[in-house]
Amino acid sequence: MFLAAAIALMVAMMLAILRAFMGPTLYDRILAVNLFGTKTVLFIAVLGYLMGRPEFLDIALVYALINFITVIGVLRFFEYKRTVDDSKEEA
Amino acid sequence: MAIFLDVVSWALLILGGFMCFSGAVGIHRFPDFFSRMHAAGVTDTLGSSLILIGLMLQTGWQATVLVKLALIFLFILLTSPTASHALAKAALHGGLRPKLGKPEVSDEIPEKFGKPRSESVNNQL
Amino acid sequence: MTIKSSRYTISLIVVLSLIWIGNSGFYNAMLLSFGAVSVLFVVFVAHRLEIVDEESQPLQLGRRIFAFWMWLLKEIVQSNIQVIKRIWLGPKSISPVVMQLKMSQQTDMGKTIYGNSVTLTPGTVTLDIEDDVMTVYALSYDSIQYLQGGEMDRRVKRLED
Repeated sequence: MFLAAAIALMVAMMLAILRAFMGPTLYDRILAVNLFGTKTVLFIAVLGYLMGRPEFLDIALVYALINFITVIGVLRFFEYKRTVDDSKEEA
Repeated sequence: MAIFLDVVSWALLILGGFMCFSGAVGIHRFPDFFSRMHAAGVTDTLGSSLILIGLMLQTGWQATVLVKLALIFLFILLTSPTASHALAKAALHGGLRPKLGKPEVSDEIPEKFGKPRSESVNNQL
Repeated sequence: MTIKSSRYTISLIVVLSLIWIGNSGFYNAMLLSFGAVSVLFVVFVAHRLEIVDEESQPLQLGRRIFAFWMWLLKEIVQSNIQVIKRIWLGPKSISPVVMQLKMSQQTDMGKTIYGNSVTLTPGTVTLDIEDDVMTVYALSYDSIQYLQGGEMDRRVKRLED
């Protein structure tokens, strides 16, 4: 059953990364990366059980922390800045 | 008893996997950035809770494993609204405006977010 | 150091120690002493940042916050089912609205809890809070009507006093 959950998460991660590549706006991409990060945390946790190594949870915990800080950091960087290539982003 | 716990945790894992999958489908089916944010919220809240609770039932009651899963759970639930809010605010500052279903019943977005980009003004769904 | 701030320092030490003990799983003298040093260092840094106050550790909430969380969890499940339904029904089933709502909370903490609870329930996102008006973006008009009903507002208000 861990395998089924892991596969479902894997498919969901692929869909999220697809959205990150497709855009169309910068914020769609950030949202997709955030979603990808949350799912990675869950995926690592499930993988730990699948492989019989619950120590993976430490990595999941650290990844959850890093994911949040990353998103906030990237947003701080872009929040008040109108990108020069708005027209390209909008395509 | 052990079998009962197994069945419950398997059901939770499957359901959680389905929720995460639905959230990922949602960010492809919904039309604009702001509605996609709602789809992402499904994964962040119910999807992760169900999967983590399902895993908690499989720990064999080891204290450290339970504590770690509970910490991950708490952390995701505490940070995801903050991240969503920051993302929505940044998008508004960037000139993006939500597509509205019924513009006649909606209120205005506050003016302090600056002018919207030309193509996202008055965009009805 | 006043009595008030020492109360928050003690609670910070207790929380950090619990996190260390819960996560480490080793209880020999060496690792526990490492833990004590880390806890003291974090408390020192927190004091230098001046974040040891009722904002970082809302002790005044007491046990009421747990009852609120239980209620919020129920709400989250319900609204999740709504959003999942809309995802599978397709984009035609949504009609997003933006609304400005009055909020009755006085303190910053109350406003933050209310705003975050609204964001946490799928289907509604807080776009902005200014003074006592918040701008909410929702997937459908029903969720706005639910918020206008004011049950969540009242429950958060009760946490304040």
